[in-house]
Amino acid sequence: MNKQNYVLVFILVTLLLNCQNDDDYVPLTAELNEQFSGGETTTFNVSSDAFSLQAANLEGDNALFFFTGNSLFNQNWVTAPASTTARDGLGPFFNARACSTCHFNDGRGRAPEIDGEINHGLLLRLSVAGTTADGGNNPDPIYGGQLQDQSVLDAVTEAGFSVTYTDVAVNYADGTSVTLRDPTYTINNLSYGDIDANVEVSPRVAQQIIGLGLLEAVPEATLLSYVDENDNDNDGISGKPNYVWDVESQSKKLGRFGWKANQPSIKQQVAGAFSGDLGITSSLFPDENCPTGVDCDDFINGGTPEITDENLNKVALYSSTLAVPVRRNYDDQNVLEGKALFNSINCTGCHIAKMESGSHEIPALENQTFRPYTDLLLHDMGNDLADNRPDFDATGNEWRTPPLWGIGLIETVNGHTNLLHDGRARNIEEAILWHGGEAETSKVAFMNLSSEKREQVIDFLNTL
Amino acid sequence: MNFKFTNLFYLLTLVLFIASCSSDDSPKTPEVTIEKSDVIENYATIVFASYQEALADAEDLEVAINAFTTTPTDANFTAAKDAWLVSRESYGQTEAFRFANGPIDIDDDAPEGLINSWPLDENYIDYVEGNEDSGLINDATTFPTITKVTLVEGNQPGTEEASVSIGYHAIEFLLWGQDTTDPSEILAGQRPYTDFVDGGTASNQDRRREYLDVCADLLTDHLQLMIDEWEIGGAYRTTILAEDENTVLVNIITAIATLSKSELAGERMFVAYDNQDQEDEHSCFSDNTHRDIRLNLAGIANVYRGSYGTISGDSLEDLIIEIDAALGAEVSAQLAVAEAAVDATATPFDFAITDTAERVKVLAAVNALQDLGDKFVEGGAALGLSITAE
Repeated sequence: MNKQNYVLVFILVTLLLNCQNDDDYVPLTAELNEQFSGGETTTFNVSSDAFSLQAANLEGDNALFFFTGNSLFNQNWVTAPASTTARDGLGPFFNARACSTCHFNDGRGRAPEIDGEINHGLLLRLSVAGTTADGGNNPDPIYGGQLQDQSVLDAVTEAGFSVTYTDVAVNYADGTSVTLRDPTYTINNLSYGDIDANVEVSPRVAQQIIGLGLLEAVPEATLLSYVDENDNDNDGISGKPNYVWDVESQSKKLGRFGWKANQPSIKQQVAGAFSGDLGITSSLFPDENCPTGVDCDDFINGGTPEITDENLNKVALYSSTLAVPVRRNYDDQNVLEGKALFNSINCTGCHIAKMESGSHEIPALENQTFRPYTDLLLHDMGNDLADNRPDFDATGNEWRTPPLWGIGLIETVNGHTNLLHDGRARNIEEAILWHGGEAETSKVAFMNLSSEKREQVIDFLNTL
Repeated sequence: MNFKFTNLFYLLTLVLFIASCSSDDSPKTPEVTIEKSDVIENYATIVFASYQEALADAEDLEVAINAFTTTPTDANFTAAKDAWLVSRESYGQTEAFRFANGPIDIDDDAPEGLINSWPLDENYIDYVEGNEDSGLINDATTFPTITKVTLVEGNQPGTEEASVSIGYHAIEFLLWGQDTTDPSEILAGQRPYTDFVDGGTASNQDRRREYLDVCADLLTDHLQLMIDEWEIGGAYRTTILAEDENTVLVNIITAIATLSKSELAGERMFVAYDNQDQEDEHSCFSDNTHRDIRLNLAGIANVYRGSYGTISGDSLEDLIIEIDAALGAEVSAQLAVAEAAVDATATPFDFAITDTAERVKVLAAVNALQDLGDKFVEGGAALGLSITAE
């Protein structure tokens, strides 16, 4: 090498040092637009309002009726008759006075923390063996399909329930351990006689309702392409669709919403919640729910139905168009390492990252690329998580893969980090450790990671 | 490898490295003379001055309320109501600082919910038509003592968003009572001052006086928190003056876009318009909603134009005009359109949303405010900032 070459080499080395700084490995990079979890619906607000904002691309009348839907969702319904005719007809038996009671700030509920606490966001579904003509659960002969733990002044409340926990220790490969809490539910203060001796009880906690319209707009063919009921690819993960009763079309449809994918549409989910949780009748569910021995006609109702189709549609619109918040710190190396681990231990076998929507009556939801981290299918999650209560095609061991978007903001929005269908997991780590059944292999792989790598996986999830 | 080829190789590599190193640093926007840092500093000055005035007015309100509860006469009652109306004039403008990931409402522990929670279930506080025993005031069993601590704890307990115990609207309900009059009568709530006189109307008059005093006291406490954050050397002011300028500008523009498009046009105007329900009005007891609407927009204008009272400095308007004069003119024009449309709506607001001829003007104002929110987003985009009007 001559002198000129030495100079060049020197410059080159200097530049290399400048460019690469302290990084002595190839840095991971984020995917293009991966921070926009909800595609063009994504909101940049990551405050306690993060789940409460309309899709950023919502336009026209939809952008206005969203707010009316919001008012019907957030404000308390009152006993009929009342000066507010738009929001009367509560009960007579109910779990909450408003949708927002359980979905506080459009977010996630939790299990009661003390005996007798109400309005926390957890309810108990009830059934006995067998199915109804449309394939749904047989209700308890007296208390019906859901335990309502509140009632209007002139009625006697059905019952209450308490929850106690047993510690379960879990040990990591590296010797550290975590204590999980395993819940037991006790129904008490039954006012209308004994509950069925063989009653099946399924606790369900209210979930954040962001991005639901995008999930509704995913073509059925996309979801069915994830189905692997007989595990033909031998990855231990099946993926099964739930076919459930669609009231409007009076036929079986693919279920997408609810912990067991037992609702085919957002509108029916909303109408079902108005009926079961608030005691508000609608054209989809015109009958009040009263325990045996109580005549619902003894109570003044808030109209027939109590929520008009116009208003029901506005709440459904609202529930379809809540924006998904943007991811935070999505391109930190630590987070990208966690994401790579999440992929490599096959969490994405069920929590599928990316999807595309097709057509929908709300234009803002159409043809979006978004990242919900779900397949909307049923999976056997093992005996430890089972509610042992079938729901249409879902067995007592099966649950729908819940979307993970927004998971890192639940603490900001709702002041807790409780997860899973009954809120038993107190944080993401505990939720992972409860995974079993089809998710056993991935969970064991997680448990075999070093504590630093486990932390990276959790850090990644907290950016969702 | 011959000498020339090696040299060429080195040179090529060198060029590639230079290119890869500098690719992101090339200037994309023309040089500007309005500094973002000056816009942010002027914003902070406006925020502080606005909260200062809000606090001063709330202190006057507390004095007026204490005078009334000490000597509950009709004249003192009117003076307290007047002081409340004045206090809304300054506070209403500060709402342009909400939705900015700032200290007023960054999370559920932030004081907004203690200061200005709405909508509220009035029967959580006091008696209502059809239930003379309802509310904390009439529930000495659950709330034996009415203190700052018990009322703060009683505000939105658990997930009861509408169970509001304190703040401007709680005070408003105590001063005016339910507005059960027909909108066409153009009357606010008609609570008699004797609700606060021992042996007068309703029951628990002593507890009602106590309750009103505590609410007034808490309001100044909670506004003081904003002074502490925004005064020179205050925690949040210090933070944003040191923070990445673009991040701060995103927050500021998001706030005014969100207030315009969502909170004001949507929540506070369209919902009431659509439901035609007095219960959906922001200040439904005092019939002061028309002022809330105008003041919120005035707050938006303060932020955008960088002026408040005697304060005037580098503004978002200046910044956007300098980057894109045509777009800047459009935003300024839309702001003027929105101001004219809002001013054209009838007063009080419950009349504006129920009278057939007046409803058209309310909807026009809603649309103008929505368009204004969208224009702010466009303005942000011209500055290279990603913003959603939520």
